[in-house]
Amino acid sequence: MTNPSNDTFTLAGKEYSSRLLVGTGKYKDLEETDAAISASGAEIVTFAVRRTNIGQDKGQPNLLDVISPDRYTLLPNTAGCFDAKTAVRTCRLARELLDGHNLVKLEVLGDEKTLFPDVAATLEATKELIKDGFDIMVYTNDDPIMAKRLEDLGCISVMPLAAPIGSGLGIRNRLNIRTIVENASVPILVDAGVGTASDAAIAMELGCDGVLMNTAIAAAKNPVLMASAMRKGIEAGREAYLAGRMTPKRFASASSPMDGLFF
Amino acid sequence: MQIYLNGEQQQIPDNASMAVLIESLGLSDKRIAVEVNEELVPRSTYSDYSLKPQDHVEIVHAIGGG
Repeated sequence: MTNPSNDTFTLAGKEYSSRLLVGTGKYKDLEETDAAISASGAEIVTFAVRRTNIGQDKGQPNLLDVISPDRYTLLPNTAGCFDAKTAVRTCRLARELLDGHNLVKLEVLGDEKTLFPDVAATLEATKELIKDGFDIMVYTNDDPIMAKRLEDLGCISVMPLAAPIGSGLGIRNRLNIRTIVENASVPILVDAGVGTASDAAIAMELGCDGVLMNTAIAAAKNPVLMASAMRKGIEAGREAYLAGRMTPKRFASASSPMDGLFF
Repeated sequence: MQIYLNGEQQQIPDNASMAVLIESLGLSDKRIAVEVNEELVPRSTYSDYSLKPQDHVEIVHAIGGG
């Protein structure tokens, strides 16, 4: 791939040119959500499934009015699920909510302090959802063995964390992320933990197919500007990866020729 | 009869259908999904689905999240 304008990746048979996937949580209001997502250039947008507020203002705008299924690929997630069963129920409700759309982001969490994935429960939910015909993008640890097992079970994308969800700590284990990418034949997307544009660029320089983020944009002082920065960070990192970086050297190597010196 | 709606006790007419419940809540034209006793109830079956006493009904929608 030498022409970045044709640089796409494919999920569930659909091609995407934006490698930034975004969440819709923690924004001030739906207007800010809309503006930030537009600025991010994202084509895939994730959301959560929760109880309807019974008896509240019927005229309240709905999230799906802002992130329209006509404009974006919607990616329902199982955030908040701490066991396989609730994650599977959430996916079935999400599919019904979106009229049979099979794409889901599976996350089964281990504890509230770290929000690290419960990988045993994630495997259990994955098997159940595969049988039920879902296209699963799966959140997991930065563990190459588990990433491969989830791919082998049939997940269409594996999404290792960079750092704990919402922590903004950046990529804690670059070598593992690189190993996961090298082993994979499905798209690898870093999901969770990036804090700023350089973190997103690093993920892309490691060869990831994309990055999914929410808090890094929504919790910035200016979320719309950060969304734009993330878009550029993703693009810069991707182009640097495709360009192939120089080999680092311990000592200097003059950029100007030593021949023709006049002294 | 009494059911549980999104975790709260709720009185509804005996043998009410899911369609009647959803209509009474003003949710007929909303993008929602429903399960009863942890099993999905497809939209196409709301009219034929009779609720029973003590059913646990969950009505969900999309909200912001990452």
